[in-house]
Amino acid sequence: MTPDLMEQGAQRLGRRGGPAGATGNTESGGREAGSGRIATPGEVDVTHGRILYLEDVCVSFDGFKAINNLSLDIAPGELRCIIGPNGAGKTTMMDIITGKTRPDSGTVFFGSTIDLLRHREAEIAQLGIGRKFQKPTVFEQLTVFENLELALKTDKGVARSMRFRLDSAQSDRLAEIIGTIHLADSVSRLAGTLSHGQKQWLEIGMLLMQDPRLLLLDEPVAGMTDEETARTAELFLTLKGKHSLMVVEHDMSFIRTISEIVTVLCDGSVLAQGTLDEVQADERVIEVYLGR
Amino acid sequence: MTAVTLPTKGPLLRGKGWTAFFVALIAVCAVAPALNLWVSADSPFHMSDYAVALTAKIMCYAICALAMDLIWGYTGILSLGHGLFFALGGYMMGMYLMRQIGRDGNYKSDLPDFMVFLDWKELPWHWTFSGSFAMTLVLVVAVPGLIALVFGFFAFRSRIKGVYFSIITQALTFAAMLLFFRNETGFGGNNGFTDFKRILDIPIATQGTRMTLFVITGLVLLGCFLFARWLIASKFGRVLQAIRDAETRVMFSGYNPLPYKLTIWVISAVMCGVAGALYVPQVGIINPGEMSAANSIEIAIWTAVGGRATLIGPIVGAFIVNGAKSWLTVAYPEYWLYFLGALFIAVTLFLPQGIVGLVRKWLAPGDRGAVASDDARHEAQRALAAGEGMEPEALPPVGVTAAAVGGIETKGARA
Amino acid sequence: MTMRFLHSCAVALALLVAWPAQALTADEARAMASGETDDRVAAINKAVPTADARTAEFFQAMADDAVKTTPGRVFVMKDDQGFDPVSGAEARVPEDAEDIVNNNLLRSTLESAMAALRLTSTDEKVRGDAVQTLLNEPDESRLPLIERALAAERVPAIKARLERVRAASMLDSADRARRIEAAGTLAGSGSPEVKLLLNERLAKEDDVEVKAALVAAVRRIDDRLVWGDRINAVFSGISLGSVLLLAALGLAITYGLMGVINMAHGELMMIGAYATYLMQGVFQRYLPEAWFGGYLIAAIPVSFLASALVGAVLERGVIRFLYGRPLETLLATWGISLMLQQLVRSLFGAQNVGVENPSWMSGGFTMLGNVSLPWNRIGIIVFAVGVLLAMGWLIGRTRLGLFVRGVTQNRPIASCMGVNTARIDTYAFALGSGIAGLAGCALSQIGNVGPDLGQSYIVDSFMVVVMGGVGQLAGTVYAAMGLGILNKFIEGWAGAVLAKIAVLVFIIVFIQKRPQGIFAMKGREA
Repeated sequence: MTPDLMEQGAQRLGRRGGPAGATGNTESGGREAGSGRIATPGEVDVTHGRILYLEDVCVSFDGFKAINNLSLDIAPGELRCIIGPNGAGKTTMMDIITGKTRPDSGTVFFGSTIDLLRHREAEIAQLGIGRKFQKPTVFEQLTVFENLELALKTDKGVARSMRFRLDSAQSDRLAEIIGTIHLADSVSRLAGTLSHGQKQWLEIGMLLMQDPRLLLLDEPVAGMTDEETARTAELFLTLKGKHSLMVVEHDMSFIRTISEIVTVLCDGSVLAQGTLDEVQADERVIEVYLGR
Repeated sequence: MTAVTLPTKGPLLRGKGWTAFFVALIAVCAVAPALNLWVSADSPFHMSDYAVALTAKIMCYAICALAMDLIWGYTGILSLGHGLFFALGGYMMGMYLMRQIGRDGNYKSDLPDFMVFLDWKELPWHWTFSGSFAMTLVLVVAVPGLIALVFGFFAFRSRIKGVYFSIITQALTFAAMLLFFRNETGFGGNNGFTDFKRILDIPIATQGTRMTLFVITGLVLLGCFLFARWLIASKFGRVLQAIRDAETRVMFSGYNPLPYKLTIWVISAVMCGVAGALYVPQVGIINPGEMSAANSIEIAIWTAVGGRATLIGPIVGAFIVNGAKSWLTVAYPEYWLYFLGALFIAVTLFLPQGIVGLVRKWLAPGDRGAVASDDARHEAQRALAAGEGMEPEALPPVGVTAAAVGGIETKGARA
Repeated sequence: MTMRFLHSCAVALALLVAWPAQALTADEARAMASGETDDRVAAINKAVPTADARTAEFFQAMADDAVKTTPGRVFVMKDDQGFDPVSGAEARVPEDAEDIVNNNLLRSTLESAMAALRLTSTDEKVRGDAVQTLLNEPDESRLPLIERALAAERVPAIKARLERVRAASMLDSADRARRIEAAGTLAGSGSPEVKLLLNERLAKEDDVEVKAALVAAVRRIDDRLVWGDRINAVFSGISLGSVLLLAALGLAITYGLMGVINMAHGELMMIGAYATYLMQGVFQRYLPEAWFGGYLIAAIPVSFLASALVGAVLERGVIRFLYGRPLETLLATWGISLMLQQLVRSLFGAQNVGVENPSWMSGGFTMLGNVSLPWNRIGIIVFAVGVLLAMGWLIGRTRLGLFVRGVTQNRPIASCMGVNTARIDTYAFALGSGIAGLAGCALSQIGNVGPDLGQSYIVDSFMVVVMGGVGQLAGTVYAAMGLGILNKFIEGWAGAVLAKIAVLVFIIVFIQKRPQGIFAMKGREA
């Protein structure tokens, strides 16, 4: 919810001439986009066309400025790719969004109403932001099925978990996702015994079980075979629209397959942004990252 | 896309498991009493009173080991202070037993002997409920439970993990031990409670009472085992294991680990408290030495020897280690500590899965695929946890943190 | 018996030189040897100003219980032979003669009487001791002697104390002016014994003005004492802090730099202490006695090396296979600690062994009356600072230190640069262990040395490391000092055990608020 948008809304209200009902001349009860809407707590408000909004975020560790006045936003349903050299702050940015690291300054909003800085990791996950880590982190000692069951979007309290049983709708969803991630034959295998690529898929599957509005994917195809990479690209393309995705990657061909807008991060802030072609032609980007 | 068949929820115990369970039940409830009370003393099958007492003592320890498995084997929290909860349960029961001595003590007074000795005129406030057996039972559960709740809440909330947490639990039990050594605390000082005469107005030193207590202990052990199995088989149990393996991932999946950890922490503390309460009338004495860090660490080794995260393993481990202890401290007393120390080293170096794990590997080598190695799990843990600054166990391999940031694949802290 | 006799002869001789003597009379002897205690005390005090050699001898005989009495006569017993106290002639002791009975009051009166007579001894030490004895039992009747001694005294320290004795003797005077004067003089003393005297007098005093003077005097002494108490508390806090620092420093290295939790750390300290004990034995048996004090100096490198060696063996044999598994390391090192304790028990016995302070570490440095700073603790503070500086230099400025820092910050790169990381691990662990040995050496000087020495310090060492935070030695220093001072201050009003418990609880609570300790390595290293 940026100040200028609020201002516009207020002005619009003002132009209408006072509170609704006083003049009898109302439209939708005199409510317009902006200050008039009632916000439901916990619900993501994307009426302003932004599902994730970072502004002037700064964070430093021991004197080193990891994130330096970073401003970024993502539209709902978009598939945004983030690229940049090592140490640019890509993972740190994800840490900040998911609540793992607190920035020294700046704002981070989910939708226009949810201030992510005020929530903890588990809450942010429940609000609808799912994160996939660089190294596949699945629960090695549990089976594929148990991993996915854990990730299911449901009441995550202690008492519930003791009595939990999958109902048919949940079972169907689980089965569906197992199919999507091509792990149907490995349902009862321990997750620790899967191959690297399969673990990545499992983690993506767990992410999908949470049914998040925004997916943060940190190098999702690292270590995958070409075939697996292609399937992953397919999957992401089917996901976008219903979900919003932010993908951090180094694999340029993969990015080419899936991207619309690419953001280049360098030294903790946005260096360039645009389509892949624009970005690849940008001198500065070539300088710091792509090379000649 | 092939049709996906989801696994069904397994039974609490498989066929063989139930058989073993019932065998144990019969052994405790029928065979042992028969061998002790009815078979004559000259027969080789007779179970001596000493054997009864020893087995009962070890069963109490086995309950503690089970509790430790829940908290360490399944949730990854190593507590070096569980002896405190054991001792607290024991002290609650001890207070009741001291009151049961009535006027038969040395000083022929209503007050326990040590209070007369200290020249106290009336019972201190914390002895208020010690007259009633029902209230004592409540206290046995409530006191360890509450202390565990308060301590656990503050400790887990501040996200103290790993070795720091273990050291803090050690400090806690050490402080409690110092407190209980003082006469002014009103728990008998360094002598503790002893010389019990009766329980529920029944004389305590008879064969009948001893056998009854033995059977009760056995039933409690079996009951706790079934309860633990049910707990672990539920989703709750799986979340615990997930917390052990990748706590950060669990958080990102939407679970708040704090209530989970707190719940299992309190459950395990209460189990130890109950074990302590069963222990005291059978062993006949409780003193602050039970709270020593050494005792608590021994609980951990029983669990490790038997096999962590197996539930049956710690029970086996408790029997093996304490059996060895009873034998060695009589036959070769100077060597007991060498043996125990070497056991610690051997189990951590060579036997990370414990005896039960070893046996399982022999019996079913291809079962469920190879279990993921500890190294890989630690790798993942470190990668996730690095950078928090509050997780000391993640600190040494800062080299791995660099890897996580920069995307360079490195193989952990060992050169 | 003979020694005593010679001693009393010596005293008598000394007195012969000094006093204008008046002969001991039979009545006096009788009055002192028999009757009610109070009368006897008065008789003794009366005899002091006019005492002669015989009187002195008689005093000594009474103190030795070598006097018998009959209703009419008094006999001094020497080797079962009776003598007349006045003439010194032999006398036959009747069968019904009773032994003299002295209670504590009589004994102390006799002691101070004899002390008064010793005031003019040529030996300075004897005079000094005599004055001190008199201070504990001041009596107005001795004033003339004291005045005479004051006039003759040349040594300023003894003179000052004599003044105080004089004032103390005047405290019970019938003359109120004298009492006020006494209060005034005593106000400047600053010693707790004088305060006691003043308070005793205050309890009996009726005169308002004298009371006021006494109260004022007590207050002035209190002011001086308070400072002494504060200095004492701060000093013991720093002393405890330095001990904690030595104990925790080694642990801070192995844990902070290497991530290894070593539960056998206490036993490494114990090894250092026993090494010191062995060095003491070696010096006692094989080296001349004059060199005995040097055993401690020799023990320093020996205890360092002993513990470092054991540490290196531990690292190579057990710990290196457990890197990255801190909980397992904890258990394995606990097992090692059990074995080490049992080993020491088998070799040296389960009892504590005695380690003496060398002479240059004994005694202390007193000032302000109630401040007493023992040399051995001062020595340990200095030693702790020295060790800290040496370690800082080693880690910060030597090649070895550089390698250790490199390996712990980025092992793969260090290895790529040719650093033998395995060997560095061993060196670093040995260094931490060696410092534990030095701590044990220091502990042998201020406490008991036994197989469970390690167990008493392990929890404290861990607490210091946990509070100080890992990665920086400064944190360990602050935490050690802070905890030491905090412990001693709480001890002041709650007693040692409760103080310890309070400190542990404080740490547990502190860790809630600040889990990373005082100084922490922050965030992600890029």
